[in-house]
Amino acid sequence: MSTTVESKPQPAGQPSGDSYKGKIHPDWCPGCGDFSVLSALQKALLELNLEPHKVIAISGIGCSSNLPGFINTYGMHTLHGRSLAVATGVKLGNHELKVIATGGDGDGYGIGGNHFLHTMRRNVDLTYIVMDNQIYGLTTGQISPTSIKGMKTKSTPEGSVENPINPIPLAMVGGATYVARGYSAKLKHLVELLKGAIMHEGFALVDVFSPCVTYNLDNTYQWFKPRIKILEDEGHDPTDFHAALDKGYLWGEEIPIGLFWRRTDLPTLEQSEAVLEEGGPLAYRQLGLSEEQVRDLKEELY
Amino acid sequence: MPQVDFEIGIGGAAGQGIATPGNIMARILARRGLSINAYNAYQSIIRGGHTFLTIRASDRPIGNINTKYDVLIPLNQDTMDRHLGLMKAGSTVLFDGKSIEPGTAAEGVQLCPLPMKELTGGNKLGGNMVALAATLRLLGIEFQALEDAVTLQFKKKGEEIIAGNVEIARAGYEYAEANLNPFSFNVPNLGKRMALLTGNDAIAMGGVAAGVKFYAAYPMSPSTGVLMWMARHARKLGIMVRQVEDEIGVVNMVIGAAHTGCRAMCATSGGGFALMTEGLGMSGMIETPIVCVDVQRAGPATGVPTKTEQGDLWQMLGAAQGDYPKIIVAPTSQLDLFKTVPELFNLCDKYQCPGLVLSDLLISEGTASIDPDELDFHPEIDRGNLILPGGSEEADNPYGGYNDNAYLRYKNTESGISPRAVPGVPGHIHIAATDEHDEDGTLISDEFTNPHKRQMMAEKRQRKMETALSQIGPPVLVGPEDATVTLVGWGSTKGVILEAVEQLAGEEGIVANHLHIKWIVPFHSEEITGILSDSKHVIMVENNASGQFARYLRSETGFSAHGHIRKYDGEPFMPHHIVEGVKAQLESETQLSVPTHEIMV
Repeated sequence: MSTTVESKPQPAGQPSGDSYKGKIHPDWCPGCGDFSVLSALQKALLELNLEPHKVIAISGIGCSSNLPGFINTYGMHTLHGRSLAVATGVKLGNHELKVIATGGDGDGYGIGGNHFLHTMRRNVDLTYIVMDNQIYGLTTGQISPTSIKGMKTKSTPEGSVENPINPIPLAMVGGATYVARGYSAKLKHLVELLKGAIMHEGFALVDVFSPCVTYNLDNTYQWFKPRIKILEDEGHDPTDFHAALDKGYLWGEEIPIGLFWRRTDLPTLEQSEAVLEEGGPLAYRQLGLSEEQVRDLKEELY
Repeated sequence: MPQVDFEIGIGGAAGQGIATPGNIMARILARRGLSINAYNAYQSIIRGGHTFLTIRASDRPIGNINTKYDVLIPLNQDTMDRHLGLMKAGSTVLFDGKSIEPGTAAEGVQLCPLPMKELTGGNKLGGNMVALAATLRLLGIEFQALEDAVTLQFKKKGEEIIAGNVEIARAGYEYAEANLNPFSFNVPNLGKRMALLTGNDAIAMGGVAAGVKFYAAYPMSPSTGVLMWMARHARKLGIMVRQVEDEIGVVNMVIGAAHTGCRAMCATSGGGFALMTEGLGMSGMIETPIVCVDVQRAGPATGVPTKTEQGDLWQMLGAAQGDYPKIIVAPTSQLDLFKTVPELFNLCDKYQCPGLVLSDLLISEGTASIDPDELDFHPEIDRGNLILPGGSEEADNPYGGYNDNAYLRYKNTESGISPRAVPGVPGHIHIAATDEHDEDGTLISDEFTNPHKRQMMAEKRQRKMETALSQIGPPVLVGPEDATVTLVGWGSTKGVILEAVEQLAGEEGIVANHLHIKWIVPFHSEEITGILSDSKHVIMVENNASGQFARYLRSETGFSAHGHIRKYDGEPFMPHHIVEGVKAQLESETQLSVPTHEIMV
């Protein structure tokens, strides 16, 4: 006998600023860029008037992956590098949820690189926020896939000899349909990027420069400040693929942030799957087979 | 004693068309109510090599094949050379007289060169059909049965193909009638159609019967059959089926779907399972139930991809770091796979933990006949302590508001089982974390790593399994209690051990009994120790090199078997391998028998 219970619906209330406040105060280092990302995400959800129980934040492992513990939505704190695979399963299991995957550059572009590529090409409808600090923080300071060449860390005492990943062009050619970069010191701008990403139907990457004040002494707030240029201020057209690629490759004296690329002509994975056309989320559907289905299955066996 | 028990071998190079006549033959025999067991020996190539299909049929239940053939259909010289020596007296070899030299057969073997070109009208793929039809004539089966089966087999290919094949079949059938000596027996019609299915089909069908809504996999022999079945039926049955970039992605996606409340499943083989192990720990830690099947093949590493073994037991026992509750089961046959999957889903939902199935190539790719009355497509479904949204006016929901603190996902209950709300349920917001967490889901390392909380949660999870053993059936000793020898097996070897026990009693005058173990974790230590400590001579039979189950048995019970029969050449046991091992161990001091497989396949 099943002991499954169904919960009564709650009286619908308007979410307020406190609705997204987690039980736990973030334990990031003072000055960490991740505080602003959390705050921007909470603001974006509030401004979009999304109810907390209809949102799920799913992370991997790392400093930034602690975010789901600090926000009042459903959450999963999964394994290192696996947030996108789990998030895809969650979205397909219940496509009515707003799914937001969060994590860092090591988690997403390093150990999770394979899932990153394949989640993009599938165009799963989810928002992926990468708090990119170009360093491994929680393991106390080793190079990450986005660390700049020459960077000295505990694992590269003589300076890194490897080229970094540039997530913006990678995501564009990988099939992401919304590709943006934010900066944690530009909070209002970041809120708008996140709102756009959350409402975008398809895979949205928001790579956010989120400086690590403890272990990355190269790419600091002071380093970023003169270099950051806002694409929206420059009249960039996010539907122009080649212009977006050119902007995405810029690195050095000028580093653009903003919405690089967006296309809305491709269906999402959920929209492409006939199984989800009707009947609501798979998770809530009746279990078991109909008599007709059983008859057909048995007929195959002779 | 059975009236009819015969074995047919069809062999050739991969791509020569062995599967089709094999399917037709098995279908015809199953439709007459015979018990069937079929096994295909093949290699990891798409064209060429040597493929050899064995179909055994009997009028009493059988659970394995043998290597003593009544009919051999060699489609090339290689098959003739490899298998001619295995023919019984009174058996028949059917082959193309133009292209294949028969070699020297034992006395009483009927060598039948067929004029293939004339009979097929030059159709190069028709030789299989001719040999099949001739075989059916020798077995005394009416032509109509073949015509019906051919029509069914080719129904998607259209009338013309059907008519062409029927014509060739008739030529073969009539040739045999006119020129060949029939067998001394006729295959009866027992009046009840039997169903035919592979173990992989059985796993998939058990899954859908249990209500699986999400299936993901990465193709890996010999588990790919489950993916193909699921993909074929996805739309009709409303299942989300995904082929994922790797097995790490598979298990994490499955956990994601399961976390939303779906029943979700995946299948792989040993190498893929190795990649999944960290994910299994996540399933255990966040208490999200999934079912994961390992269809074992010969390892380690890539091993022998198309050959069978029971070599993944310890990998499964040790899968993922740390302690976490899990259930491990090794079903014993195709039917048992079908029945076990829904049972396992109920246990996993109840105990909120991963459930692992150990199948192997032998039963997953092997085909068996099953009495259709045994196939219950409406098994009991018990989701355990699950909270779904949906607005039932009857149920109480004491929680309220967006910032509710009353609900504890990981509540430290007496049973260790906590109420499980899925995302989307109002008033039950929580985080599911692979970090150690408190009752409400908060990561303990986000406050202060608290050893008392850690201990409490570790004990809570462990405690869940205290009642699990009472939910599953203990193994049962089959045969006389005071037998000279007790054979102990696990998983897929049940059928062949049963037949070995019969042969020992019949041909050798040795009284043996048989203890077969299916549930590995939790383990019926007390019951098993009770049985084995009363046994005179315990011999473990297993399909691996190091005696994995014998070591597990010792670790759980302290009981050491007296002797071991192990096979690890990639091919399954035949009954006589076990019989000879038992005889050798009773007659001498030998404690380990390793049979040599007699054919190169």
